[in-house]
Amino acid sequence: MQDAKQRQYVTIKGTREGLTLFIDDRCSFEEACSELREKLSVNKSNKEDKDVAVTIKLGNRYLYEDQKEMLEELITELNQFTIQAIESNVILRDEALEMLEETEVKAVNRIVRSGQVLEVKGDLLLVGDVNPGGKVVSTGNIYIMGSLHGIAHAGSEGDRNAIITASYMNPSQLRIADYISRAPDYESDGVYMECGLIDTEKDKIIIDRLQVLAQRRNSLSRFERSLING
Amino acid sequence: MGEAIVITSGKGGVGKTTTTANIGTALALMGKKVCLIDTDIGLRNLDVVMGLENRIIYDIVDVIQGRCKLKAALIKDKRFDYLSLLPAAQTSDKTAVTPEGMRGIIKELKTEYDYILIDCPAGIEQGYQNAVAGADKAIVVTTPEKSSVRDADRIIGLLEKEEIAPPTLVINRIRKHMMKNGDMIEIDDIVQILSIELIGIVLDDDEVIKASNHGEPVAFQPNSKASIAYRNIARRILGESVPLQSLEDESGMFKRVKKFFGIRS
Repeated sequence: MQDAKQRQYVTIKGTREGLTLFIDDRCSFEEACSELREKLSVNKSNKEDKDVAVTIKLGNRYLYEDQKEMLEELITELNQFTIQAIESNVILRDEALEMLEETEVKAVNRIVRSGQVLEVKGDLLLVGDVNPGGKVVSTGNIYIMGSLHGIAHAGSEGDRNAIITASYMNPSQLRIADYISRAPDYESDGVYMECGLIDTEKDKIIIDRLQVLAQRRNSLSRFERSLING
Repeated sequence: MGEAIVITSGKGGVGKTTTTANIGTALALMGKKVCLIDTDIGLRNLDVVMGLENRIIYDIVDVIQGRCKLKAALIKDKRFDYLSLLPAAQTSDKTAVTPEGMRGIIKELKTEYDYILIDCPAGIEQGYQNAVAGADKAIVVTTPEKSSVRDADRIIGLLEKEEIAPPTLVINRIRKHMMKNGDMIEIDDIVQILSIELIGIVLDDDEVIKASNHGEPVAFQPNSKASIAYRNIARRILGESVPLQSLEDESGMFKRVKKFFGIRS
């Protein structure tokens, strides 16, 4: 009896959104699993019940991929549960550094000339021009204080929320994630203080005044975005 | 101790050789000891433009491969002693010269001459590498055409990687009427894109072609527009500040007054 009281590692709470499963971070993963198995087998649900969303809160515990799989299997096996999210307060140091790198704004001060490629992780702040035939690539947003005549590729690893801004925008191509748009075939003057972003309704890259960003991309900061979107 | 300046453009046919010959001539006319080096091995031209083709006995490849002394390969200009030419070989190709070899030659020439002008071949391969190897400064030649501005931009990017002072710009073959009509890229726009210091503009002048066909650089002529432009560039290289040539044709009273006072522009 004494023993059972001590072993309160797993608590289950019901909320309007579904179940929240708290797993204490002061026991081994095996202990937590065995207790969870016990609890779940006691409260078996009927087959007719509809799916219940489960959020798992791990506290200060880090789970490896294989542990995550084990846990998911354990929970979904017996019941009509679907796992909504697994939340943990901790991430690996390497992951954190990578996240930092991807969310930093890298400031570069040069002219990107014909034939040159400037590639960065995270956001790029270029103080200088991108000349015709030059190319800038970043995994995040691209801000150019200068003229963009060449190619800019934002969100190069697939971030469709990435944007490109320039003091003077007259690009030969704009690329965001897997979208590409090019300049018209006729000679055209560029535009001042504009930005390029993906319009999901039109399903293409549009160029608009900088001011529309305030409405269309409320969090420019990659750090916030990556925390929210995981 | 002399100074080595490479004259390059990336694109062919914009007037590197003509520019080299004329800036060299103009510098020599101002009393500087000048040596011109042709690095376009296999397609040498500088000797023809200078009218020294018949005097070639040894060339730069002979020097690098040790078949003759550097002094023996240098050709003194037929008009005056201050100008010399180190010709390229016509029979070998670009691989016969190495950047180390070039550095050695230029180092030796620097002790004798005030200015060493290196005529660079078109392209960005071995020939270009050789030409820029020993240079302290670079002059980029372009014309007011999109393709040549693009190539000049590329070359400037490549020059940034060399241990060389920031390059300066010569805009060659400017056609007055086309620029006035807006059919050519404007000088300001070229300078804005390339964002390097402009050291001279040269008008497209029939005299240039005529003169080089006679083996006599146009810079020898006292009055033609192009000749004045080249001499202005030489003065700017020497550190004088000279205003850019105007594109307008002066006419009427003003011109006559200027002529009276002997002012040329």
